[in-house]
Amino acid sequence: MNFLSNLISGLSLGSIYALIALGYTMVYGIAKMLNFAHGDIIMVGAFASIVFINNLGLPMILGVLLSIVVCVAVGVLVEKIAYKPLRSAPPLSVLITAIGVSYFLQSLAQLIFGTNQKAFPKFIQVAPVQIGELTIKGESIVTLAVTVAIMIALTLFINKTRMGKAMRAVSEDRQAAELMGISVNRTITITFAIGSALASVAGSFYGLTYSFIGPYTGSMPGIKAFVAAVFGGIGSIPGAMIGGILLGIIENMAKAYISTELSDAIVFGVLIIVLLFKPTGLLGKKINEKV
Amino acid sequence: MRNNMLKVDNINVYYGKIHAIKDVSFEVKEGEIVSLIGANGAGKSTTLKTISGLLRSKTGSIEFCGEDIGKTESYKLVSKGMAHVPEGRRIFLQMTVQENLEMGAYTSDGDIQKDLEDIYARFPRLAERKNQIAGTLSGGEQQMLAMGRAMMSHPKLLILDEPSMGLAPILVQRIFDLIKELHKSGTTILLVEQNAEMALSIADRAYVLESGRVVLTGTGKELAASDEIKKAYLGG
Repeated sequence: MNFLSNLISGLSLGSIYALIALGYTMVYGIAKMLNFAHGDIIMVGAFASIVFINNLGLPMILGVLLSIVVCVAVGVLVEKIAYKPLRSAPPLSVLITAIGVSYFLQSLAQLIFGTNQKAFPKFIQVAPVQIGELTIKGESIVTLAVTVAIMIALTLFINKTRMGKAMRAVSEDRQAAELMGISVNRTITITFAIGSALASVAGSFYGLTYSFIGPYTGSMPGIKAFVAAVFGGIGSIPGAMIGGILLGIIENMAKAYISTELSDAIVFGVLIIVLLFKPTGLLGKKINEKV
Repeated sequence: MRNNMLKVDNINVYYGKIHAIKDVSFEVKEGEIVSLIGANGAGKSTTLKTISGLLRSKTGSIEFCGEDIGKTESYKLVSKGMAHVPEGRRIFLQMTVQENLEMGAYTSDGDIQKDLEDIYARFPRLAERKNQIAGTLSGGEQQMLAMGRAMMSHPKLLILDEPSMGLAPILVQRIFDLIKELHKSGTTILLVEQNAEMALSIADRAYVLESGRVVLTGTGKELAASDEIKKAYLGG
């Protein structure tokens, strides 16, 4: 029973990683860049929720929903200001810029909110569910349900809608997509918007799970989500989902059965082993370099 | 006198320091098939990419249907009536045949379902494989798909870059038959080919490119009969 309950909280944590990993993998697939500031969007969203709820006194759910708008705005703005001018620059310059943006967002949060951790409002309160001897936290169930619903919606969007198909076209061949009349710049903007919205939702559930947030809150889940995206095969949407969920389960199991202190080391160890045997990740495609 | 559909005036294109296109000018009139021929590296594809906005000229101008498109973003040209089938086909290999065709109709506000049916009627092979991933198609089928995809936007001007490349002779014949059919139904065509014999046989007019310059121009017949061309491009 203990095992089952650990599995479920691992699933719930993993689904948060998966939401963040989706943003990494979509931006990588479409803009061909690693947006290392992506994790910090989580923190932006969490602080936005706190401002809306604690400082402005908005209803909790409304505050959390409005934080999505803030994250989308910040994500799109970062893309326009920091990344778009570097569209044809070498990948390393873009990577360094992304790291710079990450530090910028962290410092800005520090400047505005100070370095102390702040309590994150419990915007959802659900009674635990008792099945026999198994107790499942209500928040875990909500987290899992919402993230699974988002993943299904995203998969349908990518596979069935005109915009989703255009995103896949851009991700496969930018020039050919342009020749079809697809605006690559607009597609990249939309990708950043979607990724940031997902990060914001992830941030809210992360806050719900860990209760406290600070200016550096985004960096660890950001890195783990990046690991999850690579683990699943970067650029692959189902890969990011599976990678995120597996990562959450592995982390939780390692905490429960091996050692809390070692859990992160174990997570990264698993990544290294997987990449040794499958360098493109679980669902990654072989990349054909085109001239 | 027919109107100019495309007028390329004195363009110069550089890849870094390499001067790839030198003072190139030519025009395509409404309803024509115009062919650019020349050896590998003569600048044919570069010229086409400059027309469709993937590369920029440092000088001169490019007019499409009377409008200067020299600075127009590439993706805006499709809805103006230009479709470009790039070298190497560049279909979306990980998407299905039907999704590829839908991408061709990305800017279309017409009846996409009917257009799909038309394409499938023309290419029964594509109809059979419409739910298949395009990467599994043979080279000939991929070329059909690339052309079908371009036709989905009902272009006024269809730009074809080496449509016969890598295809068996029987398929080359089919592609050229298709080009003739499209031309008959009113599409203006700008064709780049290494297969100079085939290209000249269907072209109203042609331009010969050599190291980035237009060195010769004439009707398809004149050029096909010219000794210079025979020696350099027609293996005789």
